Amino acid sequence: MYTIEKTHEIADKIFEIWVNAPHVARNARAGQFVIIRTDETGERIPLTISRASGDLVRIVFMAVGKTTHALAAIKAGDAIADIVGPLGHPSEIKAWGTCVIVGGGAGIANTPCIAEALKAAGNTVIGIIGARNAGMLILEDEMREACDELHVTTDDGSKGRHGFAADVLKEIVAERKVDAVWIIGPTIMMKITSMATKKKGIKTFVSLNPIMVDGTGMCGSCRCQVAGKTVFACVDGPEFDAHEVNFDQLMQRQRYYMDQEKEALARWNQHVCSCGEGR
Amino acid sequence: MGDRPADIRVRDFLEVDCGLTADEAVAEANRCLGCKKPACVDGCPVNIDIPAFIGLIAERKFTEAALSIKTQNMLPAICGRVCPQETQCEVLCILGKKEKPVRIGQLERFAADEERRTGIKAPVKKAATGKKVAVVGSGPAGITAAGELAKEGHSVVMYESLHLPGGVLTYGIPSFRLPKDIVKAELDQVLSLGVEVKLNHFVGRSVPLDELLSYDAVLLGTGAGLPYFMGISGEHLNGVYSANEFLTRVNLMHADRFPEYDTPIAKSSRVVVVGGGNVAMDAARTARRMGAKVTLVYRRRAEDLPARLAEVHHAEEEGIEFITCANPTRILGEQVVTGIECIRMKMCELDASGRPSAVPINGDTFTIDCDVVIQAIGQGPNPVLVREIQGLERGRAGNVVADGDGRTAHPKIFAAGDVTTGAATVILAMGGAKKAAQSINSLLATR
Ligand SMILES: Cc1cc2nc3c(=O)[nH]c(=O)nc-3n(C[C@H](O)[C@H](O)[C@H](O)COP(=O)(O)OP(=O)(O)OC[C@H]3O[C@@H](n4cnc5c(N)ncnc54)[C@H](O)[C@@H]3O)c2cc1C
Ligand SMILES: Cc1cc2nc3c(=O)[nH]c(=O)nc-3n(C[C@H](O)[C@H](O)[C@H](O)COP(=O)(O)OP(=O)(O)OC[C@H]3O[C@@H](n4cnc5c(N)ncnc54)[C@H](O)[C@@H]3O)c2cc1C
Ligand code: FES
Repeated sequence: MYTIEKTHEIADKIFEIWVNAPHVARNARAGQFVIIRTDETGERIPLTISRASGDLVRIVFMAVGKTTHALAAIKAGDAIADIVGPLGHPSEIKAWGTCVIVGGGAGIANTPCIAEALKAAGNTVIGIIGARNAGMLILEDEMREACDELHVTTDDGSKGRHGFAADVLKEIVAERKVDAVWIIGPTIMMKITSMATKKKGIKTFVSLNPIMVDGTGMCGSCRCQVAGKTVFACVDGPEFDAHEVNFDQLMQRQRYYMDQEKEALARWNQHVCSCGEGR
Repeated sequence: MGDRPADIRVRDFLEVDCGLTADEAVAEANRCLGCKKPACVDGCPVNIDIPAFIGLIAERKFTEAALSIKTQNMLPAICGRVCPQETQCEVLCILGKKEKPVRIGQLERFAADEERRTGIKAPVKKAATGKKVAVVGSGPAGITAAGELAKEGHSVVMYESLHLPGGVLTYGIPSFRLPKDIVKAELDQVLSLGVEVKLNHFVGRSVPLDELLSYDAVLLGTGAGLPYFMGISGEHLNGVYSANEFLTRVNLMHADRFPEYDTPIAKSSRVVVVGGGNVAMDAARTARRMGAKVTLVYRRRAEDLPARLAEVHHAEEEGIEFITCANPTRILGEQVVTGIECIRMKMCELDASGRPSAVPINGDTFTIDCDVVIQAIGQGPNPVLVREIQGLERGRAGNVVADGDGRTAHPKIFAAGDVTTGAATVILAMGGAKKAAQSINSLLATR
């Protein structure tokens, strides 16, 4: 069992929790992830390591389905059954020159650590973070701290620029020389945003989020197509060259269990109502 | 007691084979001639003294029989169930020449089950040596090595990336062949020797290599968990699984009990399994138990099926349809699988493996409607850790090259099980692990 030390709703339906997991925390690097299981009947779900500090690992997630709702309902001092990691390859941190880090929605969870690591490697780091509205924007302070320059967008204009992160990225690559770009967020956002860098051939990384089970290369559930080849996102990624990724296929695979996910969430909501637990 | 009727057992995941009663076991044991030079023992990869334990069963000394087996094999309830005795010990039994061989596997299982029923005594171990050994992986190889090394008094830390120990015994082999409480009981007994188990530790990531190499010795037992895919079109459709994924969702995550358990699995009415080995049989029979009509497609002839004969019979009894001499060419569907196209095969000259090679018959294709395709065409060694260790020699299939005693090219690192051989058997993994443990012992004795 792994104790949850702190938990906090940092934005609308977005939570951060700090888990005591020395084996993960001490070895984690930017871009890697964990797989957690809340309890004996739980599913194994992957979440990015948003930050590691001492023996603690921070994960930041949006409550979307059964497992993330259950995780959000856990109180500080309680524990989760399992956390394995760090999994996957770290981000490719080196002296690129000028880097742009784009985070969308809960994907911003991933970006401060990558920005910090790139900064420490001597890069000029430009951040762009976008959310549906001001209430759903996360980790702005950390990004402002980590980046040389930060742009904020919201879909409804309630904060920062009215529009999408992709709009800002387009302008930046049109005006300046950019050497590497990271785009992390919902799959559709990564697909659309990465088009902004394709023509110019700017090296662009996206962090793929297929459905996973073990996270160690043993099941193939996480297989994606990159450059026409089958890769296992958990061990070959999760970051890949955006311009080679078959996003449509990834989105198709993400939808496979939609019916069961709805059923599981409905059951959870019923459970919360009947025992008065949760938020 | 024999097998439970097929029409009943396909509705649950309880054990198919009910084993022997005490009287049946004693009667079977009395058939053993107690040969002076027992051929059966030569067939056993861990050299169990077979006539000795069978003699004890004949005398109704069941616990003593189990203890006798355990001097050579710490997992008798497991091996009694899953070992291919028909090609190892039983095939060499003298009685087999005239009538049926002694049912050694059933007797092994019986003795172990009796001992467990009456309470397992903790194994004894030697005084602490102060040496530390890391074991990577908790499958049959890791468990066996950990047990052997702990008995010698070394302090053993066993790392496992999943949330439960056991490797394939836990996530792969279904409970209707190998009940999970039995796996747990036998593993617990080995662990009670004082082995420290660190679950959720993916070595190479959660444990950096320098930390791993700070142990006095390391045993790699990381198995052959990498699933192969055929590389045909349609493989990315929803509803295409590797056997590993399908079996893991059910055995490890209990997706068959969704929504009581959170992990989902396809709601399928028509499943095609590709392959002909034990893994394919397990996947097919698991899918059958979840209510689907199941067809197995195998590229060679029925007599070439690599699965154990008993498992093929079990699958047939349970209503699995076999299509032999056919091979999938593509998987059909828009987003979700709707069918699979196959081509008929003809048999030609013997190939390197001694089996006739199967060659497609041009144009002779047919389609099977289905909503799930499970590929059980083999697994390779998990490359993630081994490719990162400097100084290890790797074979063509990605396996770790080790000599007959588990020594690798790295002086501190030993290896056993599927990671050295490619997908093989439980007992070969255990036999390899015992040898590797002895090599580690000799190494530590010289320090
Ligand atoms: C490498 C990686 C890193 C991720 N990091 C984060 C993160 O930092 N923050 C965050 O909010 N989300 C992250 N995700 C997504 C997160 O795993 C899903 O939101 C979570 O699994 C949803 O579970 P659920 O039961 O709450 O929702 P469900 O109702 O089960 O599913 C909602 C959606 O999540 C996806 N999903 C469901 N089960 C899994 C699974 N086992 N593996 C992967 N995806 C699944 C489905 O495609 C579905 O569209 C990451 C995914 C991956 C692969
Ligand atoms: C479905 C199926 C049915 C089978 N049926 C039979 C049968 O009836 N009879 C028989 O004899 N054999 C059978 N086999 C084969 C048999 O199970 C294997 O040969 C045997 O389990 C190999 O043991 P192992 O210890 O080498 O590896 P495994 O059992 O594969 O165990 C390896 C373990 O190492 C862990 N691991 C891997 N990498 C790391 C890492 N970096 N850090 C930490 N942990 C790691 C894995 O998670 C796994 O738990 C079957 C196999 C399958 C898949
Ligand atoms: S999650 Fe199983 S192989 Fe990647």
